[in-house]
Amino acid sequence: MDLSSFDPVVLITTMMIAATPILLAALGELVAEKAGVLNLGVEGMMIFGAICGFMIAVNTGSPFLGFVAAAVGGAVLSLLFGLLTQYLLSNQVATGLALTLFGLGLSALLGQSYAGIKPPSTEKLDLPVLSDLPVVGPILFSHDLMVYFAIALVAGVWAVLKYTRAGLILRAVGENHDAAHALGYKVVRIRLLAIMFGGACAGLGGAYLSLVRVPQWTEGMTAGAGWIALAIVVFASWKPWRVLLGAWLFGGVTFLQLYLQAAGVSIPVEYLSMSPYVITIVVLVIMSADKNKAAMNAPASLGKQFHATH
Amino acid sequence: MSDTGEAPVLLHLDGLTKAYPGVVANDSVSFDIREGEVHALLGENGAGKSTLVKMIYGLVKPDSGTMTLRGQRFEPSEPRAARADGIAMVFQHFSLFDALNVAENIALGMEKPPKMGDLAAKIKEVSEEYGLPLDPHATVGNLSAGERQRVEIIRCLLQDPKLLIMDEPTSVLTPQEVEILFETLRQLSREGTAILYISHKLEEIRSLCDEATVLRLGKVVGSCTPREKSARELAEMMVGEVLHVPERAAKDAGEVVLSVSDLSVDSPNPFGTSLKNVSLEVRAGEILGIGGVAGNGQDELLAAISGEAKTDQGAVTVHGKAVGNLSPNERRKLAILAAPEERLGHAAAPDMSLIENALLTGAVRKDLTKSGFVNWGASREFAREIIKKFDVRTPGSTNAARSLSGGNLQKFVVGREVLQDPDVLVVNQPTWGVDASAAASIRQSLLDLAERGAAIIVISQDLDELMEISDRFAALNEGSLSDARPAVGLTVDEIGLMMGGAHGMEVAHSHPDEHHEGATS
Repeated sequence: MDLSSFDPVVLITTMMIAATPILLAALGELVAEKAGVLNLGVEGMMIFGAICGFMIAVNTGSPFLGFVAAAVGGAVLSLLFGLLTQYLLSNQVATGLALTLFGLGLSALLGQSYAGIKPPSTEKLDLPVLSDLPVVGPILFSHDLMVYFAIALVAGVWAVLKYTRAGLILRAVGENHDAAHALGYKVVRIRLLAIMFGGACAGLGGAYLSLVRVPQWTEGMTAGAGWIALAIVVFASWKPWRVLLGAWLFGGVTFLQLYLQAAGVSIPVEYLSMSPYVITIVVLVIMSADKNKAAMNAPASLGKQFHATH
Repeated sequence: MSDTGEAPVLLHLDGLTKAYPGVVANDSVSFDIREGEVHALLGENGAGKSTLVKMIYGLVKPDSGTMTLRGQRFEPSEPRAARADGIAMVFQHFSLFDALNVAENIALGMEKPPKMGDLAAKIKEVSEEYGLPLDPHATVGNLSAGERQRVEIIRCLLQDPKLLIMDEPTSVLTPQEVEILFETLRQLSREGTAILYISHKLEEIRSLCDEATVLRLGKVVGSCTPREKSARELAEMMVGEVLHVPERAAKDAGEVVLSVSDLSVDSPNPFGTSLKNVSLEVRAGEILGIGGVAGNGQDELLAAISGEAKTDQGAVTVHGKAVGNLSPNERRKLAILAAPEERLGHAAAPDMSLIENALLTGAVRKDLTKSGFVNWGASREFAREIIKKFDVRTPGSTNAARSLSGGNLQKFVVGREVLQDPDVLVVNQPTWGVDASAAASIRQSLLDLAERGAAIIVISQDLDELMEISDRFAALNEGSLSDARPAVGLTVDEIGLMMGGAHGMEVAHSHPDEHHEGATS
């Protein structure tokens, strides 16, 4: 076992990159859940975004257009979920699961001829002087733009939810849809928008995997990231900054297990590979242990169907 | 205002009709509301009061008929439009958001709310002006029912309404809180705001309202000046028939059947109320009435006695046997039964038939199962018996519980337990949402059951009901139970104090003279 090559700077930078897809997807899901919609289709929307972004980026040569296409793709797929659950009043859990299976299948179909291709590389931030600083440079100033975008989005979501009227209405709809309806707010429309925001974010997260982190297309490449994103929303008790913390925690553990594998730790690889997921479960159990506290933060109308009776 | 006859008409309703599949909710309803008038809208559940005010508030569009507001045609397409024209409404089931704070809740009900800081200051100012002090930053989920209602009223007042609609505003208040509310409403009326006051509490209407319109089955059946009528006359206008008042025979109390001592239970619900050291005794043949504002531990008390929530073994004893750790079915075997408040989803399974619902609680005592198999014949018979004896109006016993009206399902739920011949019966809100004659028959059945020697606890928010049927009365307040006192001779003031008085809410109304005197002397 050789731990001499351990470098905390690498740990932090890798953690930030590994966390970005989950962070994006979890933020989107947080907004949808704050509006009272439980969309379990995050995994499906992520992988659909991954293939949409990959195809467009390869064909146009522009990663930027790829990310745009991923967001649009994710939003369109989530709209399917939205129409089914908000207008046809289908069960949100079942529809979300179906959306995951559908997204996985559709992306595999679309991606058949894209396996093994390398996408155009996404630019990294390169500021004179700043990026070359020791320690601070690689951690703060040398990432690709999506990493910064994701963190900015955390701040944005937090500020909108906390300080704006739009955020207040969104929270109100998730808290008590009957009351929001009685006050004259368009519950279904607001929820559809939240669902689409969630879809777009999941799509972006997926594209970050296929265009930056991996970067190539393989079937089923999200490998459960969408489920982790769902878990992180609960872990974060529906608070944006805690989502960031949760995503980084998961990213950090992911890096550590890879590092320990490379360092030849004598624990079987399988245990190391499952460790991020085990730790997520453990953290969730600890967080949920105080039932009252966990329930207090959950949007009260989460997962409930809304049907205007008059 | 006493001179309402001369005040100009604010809102004129002409021939409003609204039909839903199978029922005409409003049939050609016409009347006037004058400026500054407190106008009562009287009627039983299902008389069409709610539909009517929803039309005025823009939530429902009338099929035909017109509304005229200050001489202008008034057709609100949505609540926003109605609010813009000066109509404000305080809902029966509060339209509040528990997890948000007072200021956020109020901002949600406004078209163009000011900045949060300014709004908070304004809330403090207006709430004190009208004698309803409120902390703008308190989380609504932690407020008492009376304070929650204040939030709704302040939300309306900040929009400077011309017409304030109040749907059953006092059903969740203690008598003292009602007095504070009425003082505010009278002040508003003096300032020229018209109030449309919906209620079926007749004494309140007599003390507050200038005019009354009575609805029955969607039609206007009369109007009057409530001060000039007796409560009984008003009730008979509302019901359309002579009311039968339940009778009870005088009797001696038997031995103690149910005894609860020092019971403390944590509420499973984060906004619920935990029980704190509750002790009570109920004797054979006795009805103990438990009053209190909703959400003060009623559900938790029922759960602890029915077995839904397990407690220390000795905290609940029946006939001297400790049952605190027994499950609901084990308690049913010992003839301890309960009918919870929430009909759909708690007392009955909404999508199951009446037969299945009869089976669900009756299986143990009525021997409806045998070595794991259901005896459908006997279950059907049991369901039919309930339907027949309790006059449940339904096409048949195979109908889903959901398809019954609230009152009919309530009769079924109470009847199901009464017919199982319990030694101990706990019912929560037995006549909630039930029309007056059905309520009377449910109460009579409880009295009859007590006469046969059962120990009964009736939990209710309807104080008149409790005074009518209970032998002793106690009140729940924030999870604590007051000492039980004989119901005969209790005054409204005493009851109010047992229920927690004004819940520490300050009474900011004070007569200006007194104020003055206090300042000079």
